[in-house]
Amino acid sequence: MAFMKKSNGSRRSPFAAVLVIAAGLALTGGGYAATTAAVAETAAPAAADAAQLDTGHKLFLANCASCHGKNAEGTNNAPSLIGVGAASVEFQVDSGRMPAQASGPQIQKKYPQFTADQIDAMAAWVATLAPGPAIPTDAQLEANGNATRGGELFRINCAMCHNAVGAGGALTEGKYAPSLVGVPADHIYEAMLTGPQNMPVFNDANLTPADKKDIITYLKYVESNPSAGGYELGNLGPVAEGLFIWIFGLGLIVAITIWLGAKSN
Amino acid sequence: MSNAVQAKKGGFLAGTANYLDERVGVAGILKEFGRKIFPDHWSFMLGEVALYSFLVLLLSGTFLTFFFQPAMTPVIYDGAYGPLKGAEMSIAYASTLDISFEVRGGLLMRQVHHWSALLFVAAAGLHMLRVFFTGAFRKPREINWLVGFVLFVLGMAGGFTGYSLPDDLLSGNGLRIIDGMIKGIPVIGAYTSSLLFGGEFPGETIVARLYGLHILLVPALILVFIVIHLFMVVIHKHTHYSGAGKRDDNVVGYPLMPVYVAKAGGFFFIVFGVIMLIAATITINPVWNYGGYDPSPVSAGTQPDWYIGFLDGALRLAPTHLEVTAGGVTWAWNILLPMIVGVGFLAVVALYPFIEAWVTGDKREHHVLDRPRNAPTRTAIGAAGVTFYAALWAGAATDLIATNFKMSLNQVLTSMQILLIVGPIIAFFITKRLCLSLQRKDREIVLHGRESGRIVRLPHGEYIEVHEPLDAHDMYKLVDFADYKPTLARPNAKGKITVGARVRAGLSRFYFEDRISPVGQIELEAAHHDHASELDAEAHKELTN
Repeated sequence: MAFMKKSNGSRRSPFAAVLVIAAGLALTGGGYAATTAAVAETAAPAAADAAQLDTGHKLFLANCASCHGKNAEGTNNAPSLIGVGAASVEFQVDSGRMPAQASGPQIQKKYPQFTADQIDAMAAWVATLAPGPAIPTDAQLEANGNATRGGELFRINCAMCHNAVGAGGALTEGKYAPSLVGVPADHIYEAMLTGPQNMPVFNDANLTPADKKDIITYLKYVESNPSAGGYELGNLGPVAEGLFIWIFGLGLIVAITIWLGAKSN
Repeated sequence: MSNAVQAKKGGFLAGTANYLDERVGVAGILKEFGRKIFPDHWSFMLGEVALYSFLVLLLSGTFLTFFFQPAMTPVIYDGAYGPLKGAEMSIAYASTLDISFEVRGGLLMRQVHHWSALLFVAAAGLHMLRVFFTGAFRKPREINWLVGFVLFVLGMAGGFTGYSLPDDLLSGNGLRIIDGMIKGIPVIGAYTSSLLFGGEFPGETIVARLYGLHILLVPALILVFIVIHLFMVVIHKHTHYSGAGKRDDNVVGYPLMPVYVAKAGGFFFIVFGVIMLIAATITINPVWNYGGYDPSPVSAGTQPDWYIGFLDGALRLAPTHLEVTAGGVTWAWNILLPMIVGVGFLAVVALYPFIEAWVTGDKREHHVLDRPRNAPTRTAIGAAGVTFYAALWAGAATDLIATNFKMSLNQVLTSMQILLIVGPIIAFFITKRLCLSLQRKDREIVLHGRESGRIVRLPHGEYIEVHEPLDAHDMYKLVDFADYKPTLARPNAKGKITVGARVRAGLSRFYFEDRISPVGQIELEAAHHDHASELDAEAHKELTN
């Protein structure tokens, strides 16, 4: 803004000094915040230590074992978690699906019940039971792949359940493919990797990490770029459009005809 | 020279009019058409809405033809839309994307075209419902009903051919269903599909062929049928609702010139404005989301535009496992049955005026419209038809209903299947009983006047509510309707009662067995004589005592 103004007008604006100061403050402040954030990220411990494993085990016993069994071997109510990997734990717990609120055709998403540290601890403990898919790295999740390829892969592999733009869709007997709008990249990646609930597994041989990155890039593009044509009616396609034209389009016009008809009486 | 002549005759306008009149007899045409009378009622404008939407379709469609290329030759997209850059797609899809993102005003025009297409068929449908429920299809307008019906079907055809042109995933999925339906027809199916698609689906010609149909044949036919439709309106003159002074041999309203020309002209711009408003603010068919057509993927939530929805619904609601192999041919009844249901439903709609005319045996001309309640069985049949159509229509959205209302897809499907059969029957009886009750209420009002809510205490202590008698104009509307009675099967010239006569008598009984007769003169006078203003009578009594 400040630069635009300066370059446009030859005359110095009375606000120029204020704007320069504001820009300077923003630059230094932003820079400070960025560097401290970077430091915080690098400072986070990567390796699972014994204390973390212990916490994870305790959390598991207190919150998960009643259904999944004390040794995560599974019961009649819930599957074994041996070999599901850390990725599965993070997806299920961080999206709020686990601990399950109620049994039904499908476990619902809800507000997550644990902090990130607690989830990491549980994931680390479950990962010790047997080898399984690991939590993806930040580099794998960055939405900087090829959106065109991602779109194509998404349409071929995902759209039949999740809809072409990830608006979601119905499955049998009350099950459904949820909407992908607003789902964080790590959950998308982990879902592909672990195939939660009714979703098939797209392992790294099926969709390589690069493919997964492309799909995430495509979904994030669609999510962050609203339709050029205006309000999207929930991306539900022709049904929403048909309802709109009957209720609002024709409704408005009928209201106008009534008004026109009433004028002459 | 011309100046002097024009000055004498009253200026440029009069001069031009005179010029035209001397060469093409414009005065006679204006006299004939300009004095056409149109009655005023909001429900008479619905057909107009369809007409104006069609004009908007022509205008926006012409714009689109300047930029759309109906070829299926594969190209690598290198346009403005990021997530498709570098993707292989047909020229048709690429040019649709160019219209959306690179042609100035292109996206707006695409949305105008699509929204007005939806509005065109919707307004035509609502207009048909108005014509049906008011009995405007009766003699002499049966043929015009047929013409209108053809227009509705042509609207569907125009819409579907247009829907398939962008060659995106959604439209390709739609075409695939059509291909499947064609292939489901025994014996000729595979050949027909091969002819249509120029080989195996999807081929490389279908878009160009549909384009020819969409911009040439279908709109030309629609135009021709619109001309016939309007010409017949002129010949038959417009119908009007019953009221004092409105008869079967007159039309009460305003002349076309100048009142209706101004009104209709203004209304055109209102409809245009509403379409523009919607098109400028609401996305329709975001083709860039779907990607180019590729026969392998199918997106969840794939639906046709609303007017094809009932056929898609019929397919979804059809019971599965109905394939039968007979004579070396597979009869896919789960495909054939929905087609038969869809076509059969449309056939009943097309032929209804003739069916009703045959049942009533009424050869009179009808220019005064029925109030729906005064034809209870017809109204009930209409309600049943609407329910049937609505169930098929909702059937096309079973998956969206299931996800958005958190229900089981299978249960939604089963409910719709039940609704499809049971719904029309329930709708029929409820509507018929409602109509009869409303007629009874009308009778009551005619005979005893309106309850005024005014309670009067008479001198001897009795309380009565004063009923205000209707004025003649209001009463006319309540008593002016045809009173059909069930006819008996009559022997023909040879003295035999044919099966046809029996069926007709049966149908007549079905139509008119339960009926409320309009209040007649004698009955009305009797009612007035009996309790004509009890207040007056009481007052009279007081005086004579």
